[in-house]
Amino acid sequence: MTDTPLLKVSGVSKFYGSRIGCKDVSFELWPGEVLAIVGESGSGKTTLLNCLSTRLMPTTGSVEYRMRDGNFRDLYHMSEAERRFLMRTDWGFVHQNPADGLRMTVSAGANVGERLMAVGDRHYGKIRETASDWLTRVEIGTDRIDDQPRAFSGGMRQRLQIARNLVTGPRLVFMDEPTGGLDVSVQARLLDLVRGLVNDLGLSAIVVTHDLAVARLLSHRMMVMKDGHVIEHGLTDRVLDDPREPYTQLLVSSILQV
Amino acid sequence: MTDLATYNFAYLDEQTKRMIRRAILKAIAIPGYQVPFASREMPMPYGWGTGGVQVTAAIIGPQDVLKVIDQGADDTTNAVSIRAFFQKVANVAVTTHTKDATIIQTRHRIPEHKLAEDQILVYQVPIPEPLRFLEPRETETRKMHALEEYGLMHVKLYEDIARNGRISKTYAYPVKVAGRYVMDPSPTPKFDNPKMHRSEALQLFGAGREKRIYAVPPHTDVVSLDFEDYPFEIQTFDKPCALCGAENVYLDEVVLDDKGSRMFVCSDTDNCEDRREHGHVGAMLAPAKEAAE
Repeated sequence: MTDTPLLKVSGVSKFYGSRIGCKDVSFELWPGEVLAIVGESGSGKTTLLNCLSTRLMPTTGSVEYRMRDGNFRDLYHMSEAERRFLMRTDWGFVHQNPADGLRMTVSAGANVGERLMAVGDRHYGKIRETASDWLTRVEIGTDRIDDQPRAFSGGMRQRLQIARNLVTGPRLVFMDEPTGGLDVSVQARLLDLVRGLVNDLGLSAIVVTHDLAVARLLSHRMMVMKDGHVIEHGLTDRVLDDPREPYTQLLVSSILQV
Repeated sequence: MTDLATYNFAYLDEQTKRMIRRAILKAIAIPGYQVPFASREMPMPYGWGTGGVQVTAAIIGPQDVLKVIDQGADDTTNAVSIRAFFQKVANVAVTTHTKDATIIQTRHRIPEHKLAEDQILVYQVPIPEPLRFLEPRETETRKMHALEEYGLMHVKLYEDIARNGRISKTYAYPVKVAGRYVMDPSPTPKFDNPKMHRSEALQLFGAGREKRIYAVPPHTDVVSLDFEDYPFEIQTFDKPCALCGAENVYLDEVVLDDKGSRMFVCSDTDNCEDRREHGHVGAMLAPAKEAAE
């Protein structure tokens, strides 16, 4: 890790009319770091994630990102063209429902290759080679390269979505409940895979989840949200083993034990 | 209909023509960009060339000579009706000879005879948006055009190669105009795409139902999209035209009976007739000619 952060978030608030989406959130994210945002449904996790990933304009506050040239740019002062270019090259976004992040009617190979073609790759053979390489890395057989995602199982779709996002070598990946809707054994494999990829590629990631086990496995640091406010913030192991806020204590103690 | 109050040259009223001309000028200024315009009801159903007819009506003058083709042919229903329409509402001269025409309205073909700089080719366009079946949201496709995000177009071509081993799109093959906008050249066969590249003639595209006009000015680069290892190719035909023996032209397949026999003839009927007048004879016409002599 270097001593300059990758993402600087200061005072981000989002109001839906008089209701609060998220309020006065500030933090910094360093390269190679995985940050988990946890909290119950309706606590503003996804609103915050959308504000950070330029999918939703925050009411106030600024989000600054360190570009590849080392300069910080305020995301909401960039042109839309620059923002969209950033989103499909330097960033990734993994949706909870793979159908939102994939093109369900084109083949797996084309799904992975889309970003490459979007940045100007025009050699079919090379695109296909890269695509099959990435399918192998996410444990999808290369014989499935010409199949459409609708022929895939939920776990495969999610892994395909991850491959599609990582193919351009992004530095920052946003994940919205990446394991939601998957059964437990598939979840475990997916988490294992994501953890391996994040380590290998030195990615930074912001993971939104209501599942504390996911946070424990993937993240270095975590933020606990309640009613739009960040109520506790610290190293994952510290927050989970020694929760300070009453709400966090409640959250940790309500994990089901088998 | 001699009453002045009920007659206006070329069917449309002058205000409408001005509106369409403004759209055309904007389209010429931004090659390949789809300009919205207030498309009018025309006395024919959508899908019959209402866009092309409006563009033609807006640019035609009393001195113009009009040619109308449908799939390259001058004698099919669509071509005959539109030609008759302009004869009636504008009393202009009409022709079937490509080189005599000043305005050629077309559906699906570019004439084989090379067009000159004093000619205008007007296309009837059913679907102007090349990204339509890839991205259903019109708001999104417009944004993609504005930001020049055309990766999706190549995803479509990738899919073609992955499934069929080659780019199987044979008509409405996407092109990039003047290095900027990706454009749907209307359902012309890709055989005609190279003719659009640096054409001397002005090319105007009118989509009536979709309310869009776009244009390719003369001498503008029109490049068909492809991959480095799967370059753009046009259709080739094994045999020459059965009637006039022409090679390197676009041929239509005509089924002759229910026993599988067929012939391939020029799609451009004017070109075919012209060649036959000049003594070119194809394989199927030769025996008939000998019998006559």
